[in-house]
Amino acid sequence: MKRRDFLKSLSAAGLVGFSSSVPAEAVGESPQMRGRVVMVQRPGIVDAQERADAVKLANMLDAAVERLFEEKADKIWRTLFSPRDVVGLKVNCLAGRGLSTRTELTQAVVDRLTKAGVPHEQIIIWDRRDRDLQRAGYTLNSGKGVQCCGNDRAGFTEHVYEFGAAASQLSLTLMRCTAVINLPILKDHGIVGMSGALKNFFGAVNNPNKYHMNCGDPFVADVACLPPIRQKVRLTICDALTAQYEGGPPFMPEYTWRLESLLVAVDMAALDRIAWQMIDEKRRQVGLPTLEKAGRKPTYILTAGDAAHRLGETDPMKIEWIRI
Amino acid sequence: MKISRRQFLFTAAASLGAAGIAAAAGKNDVDKLHEARYYKKLPQRKIECELCPRRCVIDDMERGYCGVRENHGGVYYSLVYGQVCSANIDPIEKKPLFHFLPGAKAFSIATVGCNVMCKFCQNWEISQANVDQVKSMELLPAQTAAIAKDRRCEVIAYTYTEPVVFTEYMYDCAVEGRKAGVRSVMISNGYINAQPMKDLCNVLDAVKIDLKAFNERFYRELVAGELKPVLDTLVLLKKQKMWTEIVYLVIPGQNDDPGELREMCTWIKNDLGPETPVHFSRFHPQYRLTNIPATPLEVLRKARRIGLECGLYYVYTGNVPGDEGESTYCPNCGAVVIKRFGFSVLSRALKDGRCVACGRAIAGVWS
Repeated sequence: MKRRDFLKSLSAAGLVGFSSSVPAEAVGESPQMRGRVVMVQRPGIVDAQERADAVKLANMLDAAVERLFEEKADKIWRTLFSPRDVVGLKVNCLAGRGLSTRTELTQAVVDRLTKAGVPHEQIIIWDRRDRDLQRAGYTLNSGKGVQCCGNDRAGFTEHVYEFGAAASQLSLTLMRCTAVINLPILKDHGIVGMSGALKNFFGAVNNPNKYHMNCGDPFVADVACLPPIRQKVRLTICDALTAQYEGGPPFMPEYTWRLESLLVAVDMAALDRIAWQMIDEKRRQVGLPTLEKAGRKPTYILTAGDAAHRLGETDPMKIEWIRI
Repeated sequence: MKISRRQFLFTAAASLGAAGIAAAAGKNDVDKLHEARYYKKLPQRKIECELCPRRCVIDDMERGYCGVRENHGGVYYSLVYGQVCSANIDPIEKKPLFHFLPGAKAFSIATVGCNVMCKFCQNWEISQANVDQVKSMELLPAQTAAIAKDRRCEVIAYTYTEPVVFTEYMYDCAVEGRKAGVRSVMISNGYINAQPMKDLCNVLDAVKIDLKAFNERFYRELVAGELKPVLDTLVLLKKQKMWTEIVYLVIPGQNDDPGELREMCTWIKNDLGPETPVHFSRFHPQYRLTNIPATPLEVLRKARRIGLECGLYYVYTGNVPGDEGESTYCPNCGAVVIKRFGFSVLSRALKDGRCVACGRAIAGVWS
């Protein structure tokens, strides 16, 4: 089956667009999308004041998803999301302005969901804490319009979800959503090596502090396998306009570089494998040891691809890395 | 009618309800930061926590494993100093401490957080919670001591969750308690580094340690911790002459091997002394260990027999009201010196810390 047929199959099967819950196999683990990562790079999209050109950024997003699914952007968004969906946009705002998911990118995603018929009130921008969202430039909202709130306000499930070594209560925002778009950033992480697609879901659980041992392995992969996460994530759009190769997770401008890219995939593990390579490459360029040599090899990414987790492709030889 | 915060706490604490103040307290305010003790600064605004054996290295804006200590720009803060999520008045026997002021009332307080992750935790809703999840009430150390005194509690007990993670608050409460004539006891897993424990020994009056097993595998797989540091803490407490009792939760098929129990009791006798009380407590299915049945009474009684055979003087069965293993017996003449039922003291045959029948000194803090 070709990739554009994959979208057709989703519609035909009624898995997306009609149902409020998509089985994991339908999107996240679809063989057609496994190991496929699109990177779109646009030099100059970030100006001297670190502002991104919103129009160009939206165009980048369209170009990336079109290449990923081999279909027109409008159709992709309409097929992946239905007006009945409640769509959570999981941003990453821990590091504040400078190294958080840019509001311009999130707005571009909101615009496309809106065009696909998802009402504003059914779109929720969310992260760990209200104050993190605010520091990253988001406006909290629980009234009319697009919703925006932290887990500290929304709360967590009473039930403890378990997979492997992970046992967590989950964000009630995640539980309210029928679909999730993962909007991580690309950065070094002082304990687990790097933070990208998989690690972003530490922001969906009540106890991320319990999961940093052993470079986050297997915890990061286990958290991503908690059923409500695994079943709801339909797309990952990694904001790599500004990336950080050292000193993370906080924003340390001296260690950032302008990658001016978006990385887009359905396969989170493959995206992270590519991101790991890119961070290591940058570290080599500036004379720093690789993450492995620095003692924080992000082996959780490899674990995500193993038979117990099946979160995606982690063999670089089998990853289709498309650069446009 | 308006009710003051203090009056409210009195009401809540006096109710002895399981939920304590947690269910009704006001808005949580995690922005009230208190600089932590026991950490060192590292490059790139990282810090290394020196409170417990984990020695978490924590990046800026991140929290330690306990979840209640956070790095802000290279300065480490406690998020729970004075933030009490549960408060009740309990009998000291509930802790359990059987050789420390029998029948005393303990003003028992906790904040959110724990530095391990036991799959069988009884209080996981607060010990494993995120600070943001649980409503807490600000109760500064002087207020804590004042409430304890006002309610005629002889003791403040730091309990329910893991007091190691709120060590700064516990320490300051104990200092204020001493000023008010109220003693302090720590109910802990013993997973703490030597220096903070030594410092606490200056202000505490008794400690109860949960020794969860006598093998590293159990600690690794069911506790997410290590045994060795806990044993080190017990030895340290002995050296510091701190009154210490041990609780061992017997979980069927997990830590009830008779050979291992014998090994542990022998270690306690040799390294801590035969007068160290050991409580073998009954497990009930909890949290992530709901597939294991409650401990059969016979298993508990067998554990107690092993302890006595190994030469320990004071070995108890716990969580089995009415069992003969609840009472304290004179190791010399076998007379019942303290008869208990559940958490109640029914009778005493103890005078000036000695068995009334034979005059043998019974180890403990009796007045």
